[in-house]
Amino acid sequence: MNYTSQKSLTYNPSLTRNIGNKVLTIISALFAIISVLPLILVISYVLIKGGSYINLDTLILEPEPPGDDLLSAGGIGPAITGTFIMTIIASIISIPIGVGGGIYLAEYSKSGKFAKFIRFGSNVLAGVPSIIAGVFIYAIIVSTKILFGSMFSGIAGGISLSILMLPTIIKTTDEALKLVPNEMRRAAFGVGASKFTMITNITLPAAFSSISTGVLLALARAAGETAPLIFTALFSRYYITSFDDLFYEMGSLSVLIYNFALEPYEAQNQLAWAASFILVVVLLSLNILSRWIGTLGSFSKNKV
Amino acid sequence: MDKATTSKFSLRRRSTSEKLVDIGFKNFVTATASMVAVVLFSIFAVVYYESTESISRYGLRFLFSSAWNPVTDEYGAFTAIYGTLFTSISSLLIAIPLGVGTAIFITENIIPEYIRNVIGIMVELLAAIPSVVLGLWAVFIMEPFIRPFLNILYELFGFIPFFSTQPLGAGMMPAILILVVMILPIITSISKDSLKQVPSKLRQAAYGIGASRWTTIFKVIIPAAISGITGGVLLALGRAMGETMAVTMIIGNSNNFSWSIFSPSYTISSMLANQFGEADGSQVSSLMYAALILMILTLLVNVFAQWIVKKLSLKYQ
Repeated sequence: MNYTSQKSLTYNPSLTRNIGNKVLTIISALFAIISVLPLILVISYVLIKGGSYINLDTLILEPEPPGDDLLSAGGIGPAITGTFIMTIIASIISIPIGVGGGIYLAEYSKSGKFAKFIRFGSNVLAGVPSIIAGVFIYAIIVSTKILFGSMFSGIAGGISLSILMLPTIIKTTDEALKLVPNEMRRAAFGVGASKFTMITNITLPAAFSSISTGVLLALARAAGETAPLIFTALFSRYYITSFDDLFYEMGSLSVLIYNFALEPYEAQNQLAWAASFILVVVLLSLNILSRWIGTLGSFSKNKV
Repeated sequence: MDKATTSKFSLRRRSTSEKLVDIGFKNFVTATASMVAVVLFSIFAVVYYESTESISRYGLRFLFSSAWNPVTDEYGAFTAIYGTLFTSISSLLIAIPLGVGTAIFITENIIPEYIRNVIGIMVELLAAIPSVVLGLWAVFIMEPFIRPFLNILYELFGFIPFFSTQPLGAGMMPAILILVVMILPIITSISKDSLKQVPSKLRQAAYGIGASRWTTIFKVIIPAAISGITGGVLLALGRAMGETMAVTMIIGNSNNFSWSIFSPSYTISSMLANQFGEADGSQVSSLMYAALILMILTLLVNVFAQWIVKKLSLKYQ
């Protein structure tokens, strides 16, 4: 009796269970390494290879048509501005709608049937493949030439991106507002505030940092999207010079990468790497920024 | 009570403008919320409407024919449907053990906390890299690197239909591998979140009766977190089926059906990306039909994911 209990209390490395434990731990560590490896490889290739093609000319010039000049392919200037403009258009559409929808879900109808349906709907919309958003906008805007008779346009591209941003913004706004304690709402009503005043002066400011985290993440996703743009905004090699240019083809970094990666010319491939460098740097900074904002002002009860 | 006292204690009367703003704001947010439903229904309606021509002409034959000939106007999406299902399910089979294993590694108390955090953040940053950049990397770096290994497989097992064509660059296998890279972060981060939510009492109870770490993980923690993990896996499946750019760049875009995983193929989304720009007439309608099939597939997966998370989470609460 005494002997057995003493034996069982010492760690015996040759027991099957202990060996099994070690093996499984090593396997899970290997899996973690395998999962992190692609990230390190992709980021280092993009930063080193892409970064080496970055200079002032690449950032500013317009890209040359493939095969025209085998040594220099121009630059990615118009694609940078195009991505910027289309992301702005997408934000102008999706931020008010998304934040408004989130406010409705969290403040007006927390668990009504309609709210449940909208929550379900935004989950479904989040799962719709991005290329379907492009097909949809192609069918209702591009092929109908509804915008002043022009087909492919930066505006159509922006609208298709806004569909992808919408569910993320609604969901994060809803979640962020739900975290605001009810005491704050009651206090506002108690001093005679109307519901509108309560929302704009109390709950929205309290949830502001979490909402902006969601908006930044949605923005980062939209800026990196390609699929919906290849047949809504198409691609253009030129800078936009006037407001009217918004209604015509517009270049973007992601479509430039797609087009030029598959060209057989070295110079075009280099531009694709340079564009990837810019895109990855911008997206990673947006992600890190949103993470930082999230930790900065994340809503907690002890702050009230 | 006289009139003065009543008015003193009665509710503050709101001005008309304040009421109007209140009602107007409520209507505005209700309208914005219903936009989700409007957008979702119009996507379905538009894609269905645009594909009616093709649906009435081919019906269900479209699903089983791999003809794709704009000259003779004969269309069928079998290769693309098979490619979509095959690439996404195989990538899932590779990504599930990797993702769940990583999640366990960074939630259980195996390594110091700061290393765990670093790995967690890195995996999530992987999700931020756009698909087209991963495609670029796959075309220029990954595919040339793995080709010799695939060639060895071909030479050793070429008699099996799955390995029966020589790997010559783009094909299904590189597409599957890049899909693994894309869906790993989803599976890992969702599994990590659900593993973290398992109450530590369960863990302590298991250790208390003498269970080892991995017995606890397999018998207690994973069953308790299974709803979240399944949800994440299904979400990843939906993402893999709809993933476009990286796959389009590396799968080879060929409509010829082949059992071999080294041969070029198609997925629905890569077919759309590849052909939509220059299609017209009944080809557009057939592409829309393919898009409708893709939508229905991803919709089913997503609804099933939501349903199963609800169902399983009730069981363990």
